[in-house]
Amino acid sequence: MKYAAPTTVDEARSLLADNPGSRVFAGATDLIPQMRSGRPEPAVLVDLKRIDQLMAVSHGEGKWTIGAATPTADLTRNGAFSGMFPGISEGAGLIGSDQIQNRSSLGGNLCNGSPAADSVPALIAADARAVIASSDGTRTVAVAEVVTGPGQTSLADDEFIVEFEIDDAPANTGDAYLRMIPRTEMDIAVVGAAVRLTMDGDTVTDASVVLGAVAPTAVRVPDAEAALVGSRLDDDTLAAVSAAASAACNPIDDKRGTIEYRTQVAGVLAKRAAVIAADRAQNGA
Amino acid sequence: MSLGKEMSLKKMSRTHVNCTINGDEVDFLTTDATSLLDALRDEVGLTGAKEGCGTGDCGACSVLVDGRIQCSCLIFAPEAEGRHITTVEGMADGEHLHPLQQTFLEGAALQCGICTPGFLLAAKALLDENPAPTETEIRYGLAGNLCRCTGYDKIIRAVQEAAVQLKGA
Repeated sequence: MKYAAPTTVDEARSLLADNPGSRVFAGATDLIPQMRSGRPEPAVLVDLKRIDQLMAVSHGEGKWTIGAATPTADLTRNGAFSGMFPGISEGAGLIGSDQIQNRSSLGGNLCNGSPAADSVPALIAADARAVIASSDGTRTVAVAEVVTGPGQTSLADDEFIVEFEIDDAPANTGDAYLRMIPRTEMDIAVVGAAVRLTMDGDTVTDASVVLGAVAPTAVRVPDAEAALVGSRLDDDTLAAVSAAASAACNPIDDKRGTIEYRTQVAGVLAKRAAVIAADRAQNGA
Repeated sequence: MSLGKEMSLKKMSRTHVNCTINGDEVDFLTTDATSLLDALRDEVGLTGAKEGCGTGDCGACSVLVDGRIQCSCLIFAPEAEGRHITTVEGMADGEHLHPLQQTFLEGAALQCGICTPGFLLAAKALLDENPAPTETEIRYGLAGNLCRCTGYDKIIRAVQEAAVQLKGA
């Protein structure tokens, strides 16, 4: 196995094209444990962290651009970003310890393909896009279209994510991400729930509800979104959100949680995240 | 495959890495699949960083890379090229222990000591960024470091004491 550290997107593209069976990585916080547990070694390990574009966070022209290999610590410490997208920041900030936060990235968290990836639900709720480098250029897809199943993505072997684009949140918009784990830190989500709401006074005018760890991929919950839009977040609305979230679950039974537990908790977290998102939409983060 | 060929292949796959470790320019040879932890211990001879889990859960291998706390078991050794690495061996100033090392000693914030180098560096990174952390901030800041001996309270108190001393310094 060879290690390569390209400094441009084009150089990385060539490495992948010339060396079938290679793999890009950013923090390697999932890759190295996977290799230690017996996954085949890639032909060439392509380290993306020396490419400036992949390590930058910028804001302009009505959107945020986040390099795919940027450490999540850089995102959570960015006050302007976290102020506009507290829910994305919350999710990204839950990926492991400070040691991991200095390595983990949105690109890696997404492309690792874990259904429980903490940064993914709020990105999907914000309609974030992934700019993907292909052999013959770039293409932009919705983050929701990147992961196709556990450990599986829609990217070709020679493709990698360069950066994420997130349009500025409209006025009076707030987001929130909640995660259930049996302890307070350092665990993988049993259930994750992201909600983003836009409010006009007390009334919800736009809503996104996305769950993690309850299906093979993060899932959007259109029925919960429909219940929220036009509502004033009264008890009946929240009950409907909760029921819709539970109904959208298709979880596995494992040591972290049973199907019944995950299904019930998804409803509880979706409801709670909606209340937090509404408060942030009305009063700021 | 003959032994000779195997050896020559191994030799071919060695990578030369230049970096700064504890202020000194260091170069070492490694294979691309070697972790920075193994390279530090086996090639550079700095055995302060320990392997606990090898998967980034326990923090015993923590080092500072360009001032940021990271698990050296989750870093490929060639990634260190051009970086500034700080290990626990770089914390003391000659014979003078770092205030954290002193308060850990005085407060008995260690028993077997395997986790201590990682805790010291994680605590240093925490105090460098936040000189006056609350107890909660310390506990979250050190969540990436596991200790099976102390029950953590003495470690937290040692960090609090060091924060007070560093502030007065």
